[in-house]
Amino acid sequence: MKLSAEEVRHIALLARLGISEEEVEKLRNQLSHILENMEILSQLDTEGLSPTTQSIALENIYRLDEPSPSLPVEDVLSNAPNQEDNCFKVNAVLE
Amino acid sequence: MDNLHQLTIHEAHKLLKDKKISSVELTEDVLNHIHSVEDKVHACITLTEEEAIRSARTADQAIARGDIRPLTGVPTLIKDVICTKGIRTTCASKMLENFIPPYDASVIRRLQADNYVIVGKANMDEFAMGSSTENSAFFVTHNPWDIDCVPGGSSGGSAAGVAIDECIYALGSDTGGSIRQPAAFCGVAGLKPTYGRVSRYGLVAFASSLDQIGPITKDVTDCALVLNTITGHDARDATTVPLGVPDYTRALKANIKGMRIGVPKEYFVEGMQAEVRSVLEVAIQKLEELGAIVDWEVSLPYTKYGLAAYYILAPSEASANLARYDGVKYGYSYRNTNNMWEAMEKTKQNGFGAEVKRRIMLGTYALSAGYYDAYYLKAQKVRTLIKSDFEQAFQNYDVLVTPTSPTVAFRIGEKVDDPVAMYLSDLCTLPINIAGVPAISIPAGFANGLPVGMQFISKHFDEESLLKVSYAFEQATDWHNQKPPLS
Repeated sequence: MKLSAEEVRHIALLARLGISEEEVEKLRNQLSHILENMEILSQLDTEGLSPTTQSIALENIYRLDEPSPSLPVEDVLSNAPNQEDNCFKVNAVLE
Repeated sequence: MDNLHQLTIHEAHKLLKDKKISSVELTEDVLNHIHSVEDKVHACITLTEEEAIRSARTADQAIARGDIRPLTGVPTLIKDVICTKGIRTTCASKMLENFIPPYDASVIRRLQADNYVIVGKANMDEFAMGSSTENSAFFVTHNPWDIDCVPGGSSGGSAAGVAIDECIYALGSDTGGSIRQPAAFCGVAGLKPTYGRVSRYGLVAFASSLDQIGPITKDVTDCALVLNTITGHDARDATTVPLGVPDYTRALKANIKGMRIGVPKEYFVEGMQAEVRSVLEVAIQKLEELGAIVDWEVSLPYTKYGLAAYYILAPSEASANLARYDGVKYGYSYRNTNNMWEAMEKTKQNGFGAEVKRRIMLGTYALSAGYYDAYYLKAQKVRTLIKSDFEQAFQNYDVLVTPTSPTVAFRIGEKVDDPVAMYLSDLCTLPINIAGVPAISIPAGFANGLPVGMQFISKHFDEESLLKVSYAFEQATDWHNQKPPLS
């Protein structure tokens, strides 16, 4: 099964990843090749098996809801590409 | 004293404790050595010389007060995926080229409590995705045993740094083999602890159900010493287990008489180098000579599905984890537009390298509507099978032994254009992360002049058995004392 260029563009859109036309073609080939190697899994009957989401099976870790100091605002913003009035500044979300 | 940089942790500790050397002397010697070899190896993204000398002075003051623990005053390299407050942490990505973390990872806080000394941040594959360190956005690290070869990856800078004595020990991270495979390629020891043993707080996330931090060291004793410091429950990482931590040095006993060792035949795969196979056979015979009971005919039948399951699970988790690099809170940000979506797409397009993009795409595909059941859910069910393979094996064996990688270090450039060939390099290490069990790689000999790694695997939370069998092998052999020609 080979992915279409349309499918590659759709996946990139879902990931909000910009890709060039050259990358579309390259990814189409590489992803198709990788996915072919995954077809081996369809040989396995996994009917009725539970999925394992992580390996050590800890569940529902609780802690007391006690306030404790957070990082200072200036530290949190120290890597911000753009900021104003102690906030991250972003492009308009609604236009 | 000469060549202090060649010391192990336990050797350096003894000299520091007996006041034969100071941490400043040791640190200066390591820094000088870095300057003499780094232009050939390129193990470090950032050198932290001032910080190193400052913390060495602090360590010397502590030692003068009698406050000394095994890692006190001992210089280390930290993989550049572990957050260090005030020290640039890049993940070898343009995305984080100028990122200076406002906090320390929990493992760093534990090391600081022992007055550790950091000499630099080690090169790696971008966001820990790769098996050769060629995916670093900055430069390629060279294998000290042959500078035309890769050091393995993704913790290639850490492993090469330890092999060439640019540090006394290093920290790496391991999602599918990223500590063990480079340790094997560079002829040093590397241990991936049980999932949940070491806090991931402050480890930049790749695949959260698989990632684990661990030591890369010059011998097995040093692995135990680093584990003693970095393991334990952390309220900041809910996946760490609230279990007590043993003193791992108590596992360092050379007697393995009666230890039950299994050799899973599926790990001696087609395509494996014949020389690697012979080295492993001789090494396993050595274990028999030492009194271990070796079963050469063990089967873990689901092993062959590990690679496919891993390359669904890890990219799926990565595609979710890396969605945070949107150019808003930190990191590279595309600014030549007022359009929110365009800014986000261009930020990722310019900030990520080819392998990271490939895995985001693969993971997004596997999680997308219509494919989730066929890929992601299927892979999680296969994970159940792979885990049960190990559970059954450990009813009969204390440890399993395998090659760490099917080949020795390959040449730089050999596999960069063939992602699937690159992925095969981790064939023997991936199933261990899928099952969450611990494993170690130690030097077992040489093939074609390059180091061969032997991997031991044990059940959940039984790092002691790994250390015990590795220590016994190390005491009976001399491979860990071999030094690369560059040093």
